[in-house]
Amino acid sequence: MAETGAHGSTAAGAAGVGLSKGDTGRGAATGSSVIAGGGTATADAVLSVEGLSAAYGPVKALDGVTLRAEQGRITAVLGANGAGKTTLLRTISGLVRPTAGRVVLDGEDVTRAPVEAMVTKGMAHVPEGRGVIAELTVDENLRVGSLFRGKVAQDEFDRVYDLFPRIAERRGQTAHTLSGGERQMLVIGRALLARPRLLLLDEPSLGLAPRIVAQIFALLRKLVDSEGLSVLLVEQNARSALSVADTGVVLNLGRVVVTDDAARLAGDEDLRHAYLGF
Amino acid sequence: MSDLQTPASSPTAGAATSDAPSTATAASNASSAQAAGGRTFLPRNTLLRHLLVLVLCAVGAVVLLETTDLGFNAQVGYVAFYAIAAGGLTVLTGLNGQISLGHGALMAVGAYTTALLLDAEEPLPLVVVFLAAVALTSLVGAIVGVAAARLHGPYLAGATLALAVGLPGLALYYRSFLGGEQGLTVSSPDRPEWFTDVIRSLSGGSPSGVKWIAYISVACLLITYFLLANLMRSRVGRTWRAVRDQEVAAELAGIDLGRWRVLAFVVSAAAAGLAGAVLALVVRLTAPTGFTIVLSLSLLTAIVIGGLGSLLGALIGAALLVFLPRVLRDAGESLDMDAAQAAEISYVVYGVILVLVMLFAPAGLVGSIRLAWMKQRARRAAGGTTR
Amino acid sequence: MREFINLTLGGVITGAVYAAFALALVLIWRSTRIVNFAQGAMGALTTFIALSLIESGQSYWVGLVVALLAGLVLGAVIERLVIRPVEGGPELNAVIVTLGLFIAIQALISVLFGVNQRAFVAPFSTIGFTVGDSNLALSPNTLFTLGAVLLVMAGLVALFRFTRVGLAMRASAFGQEVARLLGVRVGRMLTLGWALAAVVGSLAGMLIAAEVTFVAPTFMDSLIVFGFVAAVLGGLDSPIGAVVGGLLLGLALSYVRGYFSDTLTGMAALVILVVVLLVRPGGLFSTTQTRRA
Repeated sequence: MAETGAHGSTAAGAAGVGLSKGDTGRGAATGSSVIAGGGTATADAVLSVEGLSAAYGPVKALDGVTLRAEQGRITAVLGANGAGKTTLLRTISGLVRPTAGRVVLDGEDVTRAPVEAMVTKGMAHVPEGRGVIAELTVDENLRVGSLFRGKVAQDEFDRVYDLFPRIAERRGQTAHTLSGGERQMLVIGRALLARPRLLLLDEPSLGLAPRIVAQIFALLRKLVDSEGLSVLLVEQNARSALSVADTGVVLNLGRVVVTDDAARLAGDEDLRHAYLGF
Repeated sequence: MSDLQTPASSPTAGAATSDAPSTATAASNASSAQAAGGRTFLPRNTLLRHLLVLVLCAVGAVVLLETTDLGFNAQVGYVAFYAIAAGGLTVLTGLNGQISLGHGALMAVGAYTTALLLDAEEPLPLVVVFLAAVALTSLVGAIVGVAAARLHGPYLAGATLALAVGLPGLALYYRSFLGGEQGLTVSSPDRPEWFTDVIRSLSGGSPSGVKWIAYISVACLLITYFLLANLMRSRVGRTWRAVRDQEVAAELAGIDLGRWRVLAFVVSAAAAGLAGAVLALVVRLTAPTGFTIVLSLSLLTAIVIGGLGSLLGALIGAALLVFLPRVLRDAGESLDMDAAQAAEISYVVYGVILVLVMLFAPAGLVGSIRLAWMKQRARRAAGGTTR
Repeated sequence: MREFINLTLGGVITGAVYAAFALALVLIWRSTRIVNFAQGAMGALTTFIALSLIESGQSYWVGLVVALLAGLVLGAVIERLVIRPVEGGPELNAVIVTLGLFIAIQALISVLFGVNQRAFVAPFSTIGFTVGDSNLALSPNTLFTLGAVLLVMAGLVALFRFTRVGLAMRASAFGQEVARLLGVRVGRMLTLGWALAAVVGSLAGMLIAAEVTFVAPTFMDSLIVFGFVAAVLGGLDSPIGAVVGGLLLGLALSYVRGYFSDTLTGMAALVILVVVLLVRPGGLFSTTQTRRA
């Protein structure tokens, strides 16, 4: 598949997310360059959102939101219920059509790009409520995630299973038998199979035990640090999110209230009380 | 009849003004949404208003029947039974949100009852025959309605489709009683002396059997629409709308959804039964081929074209069912088709209309016009306040 | 006893055709939550196209291939043009659209091919095999019917289980939004689903036409009802349920036909449908009662 090839070469290291160990061909080329991007504070924006507005009928859900997700960093979007967090992700990936503003992915304007095309451009969106397809088996769920790439070698699947041994045990079962934590692992693993440079995660902690949340966030941090993945994380659980994120963006009623270093946000008591609820 | 714009004060008034309609039942929302400021030359009291309209329509009908020839009189009979059935169906589908493809079969119940009763040695008075047809069909409707109350959308459509396909089979099975394929011929009721006298003194025209039946048909139509219009504007009609649009809220408010759905089906079936009775008189034959699924789909076409939930729409739709085929048949025959083939053209048109209306104007003819009118008014009102 | 055996054989064969037709309904229901009431009329149209080819001297097989291809195109075109705008909208609108297609296509057949019944010659002998001195309700043609249905079902199972397109179709059916986010072109999959369903519906038309030997434009009317009942028996969501439902319904109606009367099959189907919908709305094999009919 031509698009896969092109994707592989432009994706530079980030493509190999979690899978580049010993990956021959495409993966090997990625391995080293990834780390260069990771961790440095001066990274380029993978995603930049400029003045994005969206509405459901007469109700404005987003009102001129501007933010950046930087290469190799975790950007957390925080805010109360109804602040517009989920709408933000849905508008970025094209599920909701914006009424104004632009979405730029790696320098390319993707504001009007079809939803189906976003993943081929290097952006994977894990929707709220986990997004497993309950009627399919675990293995089939993973395979759907790589369908757009054409034929994918078995060891890529094996590597996802290595990352999440718990879902490996259940690969032949239908996904509706999975627990909440297992579902979250499955959808993150599935998103990784798309070899994204940018991962959009919507409320991964929702309904999960704190221990599982910690595990998943730790894994996310590892992927970002070692593979150069960039993450735009939407969370209501601000305390956990800020503990793992590099940058925090606080939304309120569809507007960006503040954008700052995650640690500084976590230390700002007034802000925490006003918008983050902890 | 209930479609005349009036300052009705229903609790849902104004609901439909906010947004363009996307559902097929939008038209009936609209009918309850004529907020204050409508035309005021009609009485405010619903019953009085409907009575006035009834009298006006009755006078209009007499003028129509007396100024046209017998051929047209006969056509009016056809319009009447389609309109009665469509009126009942539009209450069910438009107000209560339940679809039925079984109304053709329900009409068959009314028609066969009428045919059998009129065939007796000493036939009962026509009114009694009609009431019997209505009662029996209502009973069947109640049975269907109990099952239908628990179904929705495609399931209900499929179940009532099965009814439409299955029920005529009974006429074949009970061949000796119901006449099998050939069906039953319907004896024409005698026209009373007073009718002859009245028509003579009115226009001097010939008070033929056709005219008598045309008058009966129109009378049935007017009575049915008068009753349905009052029902739609009453607490019953509002509850049906609530059951359709606000299922959960209605249930929380203590409304027994099932019972109201069954009631809607019974009312609708009663209309179908009366329509069947009128059909028996007008067509003078009841046979399984007259009550195919195509009849049910034609009724659906009528109410969708006119706009679901609108009696005026149902009447217009019924008129189209009668007059459109004649125009199209002539067109088909001029294209060298045989008569049977040419007759089918109208059904192609019905189908295409159903699809197009759903795609482009789900509120139907009357509903779309009304919505456009309301939008314009809303715009004018909004302009007034900002200025 | 012999009558019972023949009724059973007959029931299995008509049941197989019901199953195929129910399968076509299920394919569409799964992916778009629409019951395609036009399925029967579409199958009738493609059968009439094939019939006019056969009458003009082409072989049955040319007719069959053309019917299936015509079904493919018809299904895809209908999905794209008139179904796409009502997908995901109010369910009543979609129901009315498919009913509009039903009435339009059925009338179109009459306009194009005339309203009269026409003979449809089966591809194989319809004379039953004899065992001893008794004649079985099993002929070379019924074997062909059974074989064709089995082949199609095996093909569909293989498509859905083992191919990437099949996986994409299932993903689109069960999780439309997720599938789109994962880069699956859901729109194409829905079109493909309708096209495949129309092919299966066309095949059912060709097979039933050979069984009944005479066809009129309305010859699929009862099949849409029986196919729907069979699909609901199986739960409307399950291809395997549709097959089992089709066979059960075929047997039940065959016994009604044999022991009571042909004229009561419609009522029998209605009774079965209503009982299933009221007692087990999720179908005979549902484990949960959560689905509301």
